Amino acid sequence: MAKSIDVSDLDIYYGDFLAVQGVTMSIKARAVTALIGPSGCGKSTFLRSLNRMHEVIPGARAEGKVMVDGQDLYDADVDPVAVRREIGMVFQRPNPFPTMSIYENVLAGKRLNATRLKKSDADDLVEKSLRGANLWSEVKDRLGKPGMGLSGGQQQRLCIARAIAVEPQVLLMDEPCSALDPISTAAIEDLIHELKSDYTIVIVTHNMQQAARVSDDTGFFNLKATGEPGHLVEFNPTKKMFTNPDNEATESYISGRFG
Amino acid sequence: MSIADPETEIPPPLGTTSKAGDAVFRGLATASASVILLALAGVAAFLLAQGLPALDGTGAQAYGFDNIWVYVGPLLFGTLLAATIALVFAAPLSLGVALVISHYAPRRVAKGLGWAIDLLAAIPSVIYGLWGIEFLAKQLVPVYMWLEAHLSFIPLFAGPVPTSGRTMMTAGLVLAVMALPIITAICREIFAQTPVMHQEAALALGATRWEMIRLAVFPYGRSGIVSAVLLGLGRALGETMAVALVLSPSIVVSFNLISAEGGDSSSTIAANIALNFGNASGSKIDTLIFTGLVLFVITFAVNFLGRWIAARGVKKG
Ligand SMILES: Nc1ncnc2c1ncn2[C@@H]1O[C@H](COP(=O)(O)OP(=O)(O)OP(=O)(O)O)[C@@H](O)[C@H]1O
Ligand SMILES: [Mg+2]
Repeated sequence: MAKSIDVSDLDIYYGDFLAVQGVTMSIKARAVTALIGPSGCGKSTFLRSLNRMHEVIPGARAEGKVMVDGQDLYDADVDPVAVRREIGMVFQRPNPFPTMSIYENVLAGKRLNATRLKKSDADDLVEKSLRGANLWSEVKDRLGKPGMGLSGGQQQRLCIARAIAVEPQVLLMDEPCSALDPISTAAIEDLIHELKSDYTIVIVTHNMQQAARVSDDTGFFNLKATGEPGHLVEFNPTKKMFTNPDNEATESYISGRFG
Repeated sequence: MSIADPETEIPPPLGTTSKAGDAVFRGLATASASVILLALAGVAAFLLAQGLPALDGTGAQAYGFDNIWVYVGPLLFGTLLAATIALVFAAPLSLGVALVISHYAPRRVAKGLGWAIDLLAAIPSVIYGLWGIEFLAKQLVPVYMWLEAHLSFIPLFAGPVPTSGRTMMTAGLVLAVMALPIITAICREIFAQTPVMHQEAALALGATRWEMIRLAVFPYGRSGIVSAVLLGLGRALGETMAVALVLSPSIVVSFNLISAEGGDSSSTIAANIALNFGNASGSKIDTLIFTGLVLFVITFAVNFLGRWIAARGVKKG
């Protein structure tokens, strides 16, 4: 069920401001693609353009082509709402719905499809999704409690459970571990490894080791200069990126981070 | 020459200023809180002192009724009926308009609309009341006629419809019109403050805009919405003159919403006080004040009920 994404010559604007310019890359199905680069180079902006979440921001628009398994994402008769059901997203800060229980949070997306869920089916889906997010054993005795009562790391895994409960084709993650401690981070990295067999995953991270650990391919974004738009400097298999990158800038960014 | 030279002025030690500031602020806050509570207690004390003696009033003091409850009961009923009608119309409409402004209209239009609503909310509600009586009441007559012709088997619409259009329904609608701008203004503010984080969470799950509103905006604003509605309603109920001008005082319990003044239609406490206070004297004044006390208690009760509902909703979620 996972899908591949082909991006060609994508420009993304906020009003008149060109934030990201000329991105071309092929994101493989059932693989993890990491996006790295300095702050403000447009990683989040690019990621959001992959499920049309950028359209939520007034004035934001994208020009270029994004093909998801051969279907043009920006085609006039493609419904952005349908796109987001196929391509899920996990945000930097955990954002479970504050008034909902853990149980209801997991089902929130599923309930949108308007079909009435049988109680037994709902229970099964909640368990399956929470297991998928490695959270089940920690919360199975308090499913009725508010999602906000969990720790930050648990909340983030709850958000992942919520995202995979609608069975998307692709999962986009924007710095999912940046607010978490090393143990929660490790839990989520393990989870990404497992999810890879079913989903296409794109993850933005500032953590080089994390990119090296979890991803198959890595894209390095950078600003040409301050005030200039961000662009994709290099896109290669992760192994190559971290041992023998084609571009000098990539090398200095990665090694600089490693100190 | 009073401007101090910044070079030579000795800056006060950090700790002391903030302590002094804290003390001043704490004092101010405590003082204003006490003033509010004292004022409230004063009103309650006045109503109790003046109103309670009327409790066992009969005959002339109770405007010719056997006891005071027979007098107050129908007025209380009328008050709640008018308030209910107002709520039924004002709450959904205000929420709708507030949502259009906060989430549907293009940004520039929304800005203008929001500004207009804030302006409207600042106009005393009695202005809307007068408009309701002078204009709305007459426009409603054909509607009432239709209701009477087709739905008169429902007691609410039994008729007969007065040509002036001054009925309980009109009173309720006028109250709704008075409450609308303030409820809308507050709700708009609340909706606009929904955290982007939660709205994006909903949208990223494939929610349409309306689903996003149900998932993120309403739950976040629930207690605020209840407060807004109560505030709007309280303000409308307080504006006695509008209802007083629509309804003539009658001590009747009647669900008939579209019938004539007097006789067949209920009246409200506020309107009753406004209409009778001028020529009341002696113990009758006590009686009217007692009805005021009842209104005071009811307002309190409704407020607590609203807050309880809001709090419960959040917990259950
Ligand atoms: N909502 C917005 N409106 C206008 N400009 C924006 C908006 N969001 C981002 N930008 C601009 O777009 C550029 C790219 O921002 P983006 O958030 O994509 O960077 P990023 O690579 O994700 O950075 P970080 O690593 O700090 O998250 C920046 O110059 C930023 O100022
Ligand atoms: Mg970012």
